[in-house]
Amino acid sequence: MPVYLDHAATTPMRPEAVAALTAALGTVGNPASIHSAGQRAKRSLEESRAVVAATLDADPIELVFTGNGTEAINLAIKGLSWQRQHDAERPRIVLPAGEHHATLDTVEWLAAHEGAEIVELPLDELGRLDVDALAAELEANADRIALVTMLWANNEVGTVQPVARVAELTAAAGVPLHLDAVAAYGQLPVGLHALRAESGAQPGAGLVAISVSAHKIGGPAGIGALVLDRTGRIEPLIHGGGQQRRVRSGTQDVAAAASFAAAAEAVALRLDADAERMAALRDRLIAGVAAVAPDAVLSGDPAPSGRLPGNAHFAFPGCEGDSLLFLLDAAGVAVSTGSACQAGVPEPSHVLLAMGRSESEARGALRITLGHDSSEDDVDAFLAALPAAHERAAKAGLAARRTSFDR
Amino acid sequence: MSGGVDSAVAAARAVEAGHDVVGVHLALSRMPGTLRTGSRGCCTIEDSMDAQRVANLLEIPYYVWDFSERFKEDVVDDFVAEYTAGRTPNPCMRCNERIKFAALLEKALALGFDAVVTGHYAKVLPGPSGELELHRASAEAKDQSYVLGVLTAEQLAHAWFPLGDTPSKELVRQEAERRGLAVARKPDSYDICFIPDGDTKGWLADRVGETPGDIVDRTGAVVGSHDGAHAYTVGQRRGLRLGTPAPDGRPRFVLEVRPKENTVVVGPKEALATAEIAGSRFSWAGLDPVASGLVGADGEDFECEVQIRAHADPVPAVARIDRGGEGAAELVVRPTQPLDGVAPGQTAVVYVGTRVLGQCTIDRTVSAVPVGA
Repeated sequence: MPVYLDHAATTPMRPEAVAALTAALGTVGNPASIHSAGQRAKRSLEESRAVVAATLDADPIELVFTGNGTEAINLAIKGLSWQRQHDAERPRIVLPAGEHHATLDTVEWLAAHEGAEIVELPLDELGRLDVDALAAELEANADRIALVTMLWANNEVGTVQPVARVAELTAAAGVPLHLDAVAAYGQLPVGLHALRAESGAQPGAGLVAISVSAHKIGGPAGIGALVLDRTGRIEPLIHGGGQQRRVRSGTQDVAAAASFAAAAEAVALRLDADAERMAALRDRLIAGVAAVAPDAVLSGDPAPSGRLPGNAHFAFPGCEGDSLLFLLDAAGVAVSTGSACQAGVPEPSHVLLAMGRSESEARGALRITLGHDSSEDDVDAFLAALPAAHERAAKAGLAARRTSFDR
Repeated sequence: MSGGVDSAVAAARAVEAGHDVVGVHLALSRMPGTLRTGSRGCCTIEDSMDAQRVANLLEIPYYVWDFSERFKEDVVDDFVAEYTAGRTPNPCMRCNERIKFAALLEKALALGFDAVVTGHYAKVLPGPSGELELHRASAEAKDQSYVLGVLTAEQLAHAWFPLGDTPSKELVRQEAERRGLAVARKPDSYDICFIPDGDTKGWLADRVGETPGDIVDRTGAVVGSHDGAHAYTVGQRRGLRLGTPAPDGRPRFVLEVRPKENTVVVGPKEALATAEIAGSRFSWAGLDPVASGLVGADGEDFECEVQIRAHADPVPAVARIDRGGEGAAELVVRPTQPLDGVAPGQTAVVYVGTRVLGQCTIDRTVSAVPVGA
């Protein structure tokens, strides 16, 4: 029985999400239609919207369904950046190093095509934003900043960012903040209103947008959402029929929304218990790795509360992550090297590089991520397969540098 | 699995033979192109996807292994260094020597595999004493034993070329069609894989710049000027733009590139004729000539054929190993008829019949026509 420990990539669909999806696929109706079939579709869609919004501490009107997390992030960054140019020139986009490619490539596009200035703030060795650097940037340049964007928690190394502090700083500076919560959603409480209230956010400033994705929480791939505070103003990426506050036109996917809602409801009901269970499994896994490979270095925050409960990430010195991945895969255990892949072409993780690791350290990276269905048996199977894989990968690691065939 | 038809059919045959096969695509560039262009048939994302489709059809696992760092150091940087030193390197040989049958092979062995299977056209056969020998492929027109001439006995022991016995590439394509492989009619790749547009001169100029210098004749007299010595290769006639015509009015050819002096030496066609080539970087593809029974002891001549380019015809020659006294040992090869257009940096592969005996990287050549003759 294969063991799946790559929940950060995607997580198995929950049975209630599968049931909701298949049930809804059998019905007809465009939620924008006026007849009864349309009204039934609209009712289902808006019920789903309300459920998902509630899990994100937002009102239904503040939840915009998108095609996926990447689209939500693009909408937030480009939409806020464009909107913020209406009354003043605000070229600066502020972000920590080590963000997801959905963010990096979006801001790089804005820089290349529209003259945006990218202000990349340093991470510490645990992968956490230097808050003082953010404070200094806001102090010096608040009136030239379009937005601040940051991961709620890092998708590779699992480090939870100082979200409350960043929300306060941006609120005080009057600058809008977008949080990419794709990795955090379903693992930590993620929400809009309480955080806005606690950080003293004024209309349109401080935390205004949060991106999430359904397939990371046991929902279907192909739907995500942007939580956009009712005071937050944004330019759309997609123009058309004016659906969803004109922020995201296009016929809405009733079935995917229903499935997303079913998964979100399941997450919300058990978030604390699930997080506690995952954290216990994670700590057992981390201890097990230390026993097998004492030289393996845990990446990110070693404090249990400082990292995602489902995330364990290591650098194995002298090994290549892709060798470990291959050997574990052959032993029936699915894990990840954690870094970006294009058609399977690995590259050293920009997150680890931003945390001050060398390229050779970054090559030994392995990410093991747990989810709602992970069990002790999964962790034990991984720990049972690791010693042989580690020994072989260490041998192969030497080959990647110099070989006995060299002459 | 490059994504081409040869490695696809090689993989299919390995699977059919009952082996436990895993498809590996080598990531050799950090910045792979997205779509295939021109005559290239490897190294883009599209090619990687082609390879994966083949693996899916064969129901074998498929992985991309990243050798981009080593490829840059051992093949691309070496290519630039060789050109800047006035030599003409063969990067495909270097890739076989350093990447496919070194880095990849060693990693594969460490991970528990027994052999690397490729779609090269060549044969590994047991010799009279049971030792493995490398031979030309049955498909004469496609034979790639030349670019595998750098392999040693140890590497041959873990190499398998399932296409070696197939009489033609067309048969391989037909087999790919029969097997339902979508790459059956994919064009062959000819260019150097890391120079996508095939413009080697421009690619080199971007990396090493262009410094104008003199074109001289064999006596040292300046007869013209150039925009960068690395753009010239031995044997070249076109594009010299010489200001001073030769006294005899006959065309002149590049005889030598001297990067240290940034000069290009030209002369008459006869002066291209090379009577002897020699190199200290040599290796044997299996047993050496003594162990093969070709010579009784080092230093004696033995008869062979020598080939100096992937698609050149082999020519009869005599060769010997010169222990060289103080200096490094050299493989010295004298073709029975002088060879034209031999450049240092090229590889001379020595054959006995269809068997690859070994190879050397050419360090020096001796002209058949002395200066002033």
